[in-house]
Amino acid sequence: MIGHRRRTSTSPPEQPGRGSSRRAIRGRRAALAGAGFGLLCLLLTACTGGPQDSLSPAGVYARRADNLFGKVFIIVVIVFVLVEGAIVFFLFKYRERPGQEAPVQIHGHTRAEAIWTIIPAVILAGVAIPTVKLIFDFAKAPPAATRIDVCVTGHQWWWQYVYATKCPAPGTSGTEGTVTTANELHIPVGKPVYLTLNSIDVIHSFWAPKLNGKQDVNPGHTNHMTLEADTPGTYYGQCSQFCGMSHANMRLRVIAQTQGDYDAWLAAEKQPAATPPAGTLEAQGLDLFLHGRNNSGKFPGGQACAGCHTIGGVEGAAGITGPNLTHVYSRQAFAGDTLDMNPENLRLWLTNPPKEKPGSIMPNLGLSNDEITALVAFLQTLH
Amino acid sequence: MATALAEGGIMRRPSAKSGIGSWLTTADHKRVGILYGYTAFFFFLIGGLEALLIRAQLARPNGHVLTANEYNQLFTMHGLTMIFLVVMPLSAALFNYFVPIMIGARDVAFPRLNAFSFWVFLSGGLFLYSSFIFGGAPNGGWFGYAPLTTLQYSPGHGLTFYALGLQMLGIASIASAANFVTTILNLRAPGMTLMRMPVFVWMTLVTSLLLLFAMPVIAVALFQLTFDRLWHSTFYNAVAGGDPLLWQHLFWLFGHPEVYILILPAMGIVSEVLPVFSRKPLFGYSAVVFSGIFIGFMGWGVWAHHMFTVGLGPYANSAFAVSTMFIAVPTGVKIFNWTATLWRGAIRFRTPLLFAVGMVAMFVIGGLSGVTHSLVPSDYEQHDTYYIVAHFHYVLFGGALFGLFAGFYYWFPKVTGRLMNEKIGKLHFWLMLIGFNVTFFPMHLLGLMGQPRRTYIYNANMGWGGYNLTETIGSFLIAFSMLVFIFNWVKSKRSGTIAGPDPWDARTLEWSIPSPPPEHNFDEIPIVKARDDFWHKKYAEDPAGRPVPVPVGAAEATAEGVHDDSEGGAHKIHMPSPSYWPLVAALGLPFLGWGLVFGMLPIIGLGILLMLGGFYGWVFEPLAS
Repeated sequence: MIGHRRRTSTSPPEQPGRGSSRRAIRGRRAALAGAGFGLLCLLLTACTGGPQDSLSPAGVYARRADNLFGKVFIIVVIVFVLVEGAIVFFLFKYRERPGQEAPVQIHGHTRAEAIWTIIPAVILAGVAIPTVKLIFDFAKAPPAATRIDVCVTGHQWWWQYVYATKCPAPGTSGTEGTVTTANELHIPVGKPVYLTLNSIDVIHSFWAPKLNGKQDVNPGHTNHMTLEADTPGTYYGQCSQFCGMSHANMRLRVIAQTQGDYDAWLAAEKQPAATPPAGTLEAQGLDLFLHGRNNSGKFPGGQACAGCHTIGGVEGAAGITGPNLTHVYSRQAFAGDTLDMNPENLRLWLTNPPKEKPGSIMPNLGLSNDEITALVAFLQTLH
Repeated sequence: MATALAEGGIMRRPSAKSGIGSWLTTADHKRVGILYGYTAFFFFLIGGLEALLIRAQLARPNGHVLTANEYNQLFTMHGLTMIFLVVMPLSAALFNYFVPIMIGARDVAFPRLNAFSFWVFLSGGLFLYSSFIFGGAPNGGWFGYAPLTTLQYSPGHGLTFYALGLQMLGIASIASAANFVTTILNLRAPGMTLMRMPVFVWMTLVTSLLLLFAMPVIAVALFQLTFDRLWHSTFYNAVAGGDPLLWQHLFWLFGHPEVYILILPAMGIVSEVLPVFSRKPLFGYSAVVFSGIFIGFMGWGVWAHHMFTVGLGPYANSAFAVSTMFIAVPTGVKIFNWTATLWRGAIRFRTPLLFAVGMVAMFVIGGLSGVTHSLVPSDYEQHDTYYIVAHFHYVLFGGALFGLFAGFYYWFPKVTGRLMNEKIGKLHFWLMLIGFNVTFFPMHLLGLMGQPRRTYIYNANMGWGGYNLTETIGSFLIAFSMLVFIFNWVKSKRSGTIAGPDPWDARTLEWSIPSPPPEHNFDEIPIVKARDDFWHKKYAEDPAGRPVPVPVGAAEATAEGVHDDSEGGAHKIHMPSPSYWPLVAALGLPFLGWGLVFGMLPIIGLGILLMLGGFYGWVFEPLAS
């Protein structure tokens, strides 16, 4: 699986102290290899870009931005070579030589100066025209009939997606029957996806580099942007406006699917969650989820899960502070898209969320081992 | 001080000429300049250490050197330090020391205000850094975007220190800017017309005017933030009807002129150094001066290019894209004129020239990547990535700092009377140039490969590890080059070759007086007859336009009607007396700040008392010792 902090039960926990000397040696070897690799990349500048490479666009918006950049980059390289070349050439040609006559005192040359004022201005005017055209193209909303509408809400530090044409006000739940999910945005290929962006707290910025540039997600000021993917695939991204302690842990992925797969996914998402049969470990987990320890409505470190999380079809689970968990186990990752979805990572998360995502609003609930086991079992039923 | 107040503010002026007391009370522009220089360099070392910690954390994916909160504090403080406590005051150090001499004056217009600027700057810097002791440094980025920086999302004192600390530094900058505008406009020697001024003086004037108008803008924003944080006003609270985007407009309306405040002094230095070491006048003086002024004006019309992704709409984005493209034109003019200054010169490869050429060569890269930011749809990708980090380090490190180092090497002999070691200087240059490029060039690629700024960890599978490690190695190379520089400084200051008044065969007035200059700078105020007046006193031009040395004594013979306001020898020249009061008044500010942060009225009272007492003593102190 691409792009995840591996956090299995065997991986060493974060420690303030240093690791063993063997780890240090391995680290040094990796460092050397890395240095060699880095230098090689610099020399060849031919590295493949990786999962967030804006230079390998996979959708029409990213491609058009990349094309503009590519064209201007050629001009930039020409100017670079000419100017730096002139500097280096003059330094060699006009270095002081022994016994040389003092140079003629040239004070300037009006015509030359006029030329090197006008030519850049003309080139820049030539660059300005396609730029302005593209700015307006990007700002155009695709026709309502052909597009998918998704409402994106930024939270510290995760993304909420509501599949609806009319967006719920930030901090309210979506209307009955709308699909609400987190961090993983499912879209059909070849279709414009029109995002309506709002923030519940601070300013975030939605960015999936291979599909389009970023757009800020502001509190009290709605923004829009359009994504489109050419081919099915998983496109990674992350929040790119500094939004506090765990800004680095506010990641996302866009899962582009064929229309059929997308329709099937959407239909499955609309289903309410299945309730586990009574008497099972899973049912025990649901009980903890809804009512906390000993039916008190809370755990030592905070309220019961249902206070913050919604599970469609489960009465009493309608909190909206945290992500909607109706089909959480069908997601590839969780915790701001930083942890791969598996029982080990769920366990790690429930043990101490702020340790995995520093500053996380979900507190360390002080769950016992048994409680965690039951909750993890229950969460696995939410697929 | 208490007795001073008791005596009605009349207290003898300090008279110490040496020792620590003389430094605390000095109003001599050269000594204030030296204070600025050493203080800023000290902060430079701290900001550099912060950078090394950041690079250590990022050397490998999912690094464990720093926690998220430590990382956020360090990148915030690194930015604040380098901008407000390093590049601006290093420029101020050179303004202070050289602008009065270059225009043929004996001091700045308001010597005590000048000392006050320095002490406020130092107080503000120490106040900002005291946050590390008092519960944590600011962690909201140097740009401090609301509403993240409001109390709701950033409890604790860090960002209150940010708001109040920057306010103090702004006071220092405004006072200093007013002083330099007045000095340059009013204290020029006879014959030193505006168009005869050295370009460095011109750029000081433009920078000071920018400061004078930009600092009040950020002051307003900081006051609003302070009120939001301390007294629960709602300027930046969207839920209560405030507007977080207001902060961004105010911040960048200050912040973009600020960029030119950082770079224009370096452009001035390069415009002095290149002609001296090419033995030719600056190519197209007027074009260089007017492009600087034009940049100063246009710098006010491009702020929203920091905000292309904010959602201002296609019309605003287009307007700011076009203005951003066209600010490249006057910048290009400067670069072409510098290059043409080298053309057909007799270039002497001394350390100041290397740094000046390095500045031009690196600034070109920063300028070109800057043009690509104006391609708005492409900037949607670039924004807030390492591509931007690369760009502004090429401008502010490759541009401003290389330019400032050119200035240090160029003017070191004037300040200390000794030459810096050339061999070590060249070693420093090459280490710094290589270290700089190894550190910052890969950032272009990383940004385009999708690495966002201000993130304390990244995953191995993103493919960013190799470049990041390379950058970390480069940053330690830069650190090593600074050790070389410090070694050279200490060694040369103690035992460097005696420089004499004019070691570079230079062109401007500061080289016409002894090194180091006497306290009163000029025994006789010079009468200026030409641009590069000192050069023309040394050289005439033959019919082909080549310089011919003027016979010794001829220059004096032509300098008739010497203007001498001292009516006698150097010992009778009236110089500003030292004073305690700028220091006392400045010390009030951090106490006022601490009092506000912790809501402690007695400390607030102490701060106000110190300030008022300082100003009272200042106003009523006797004219001379």
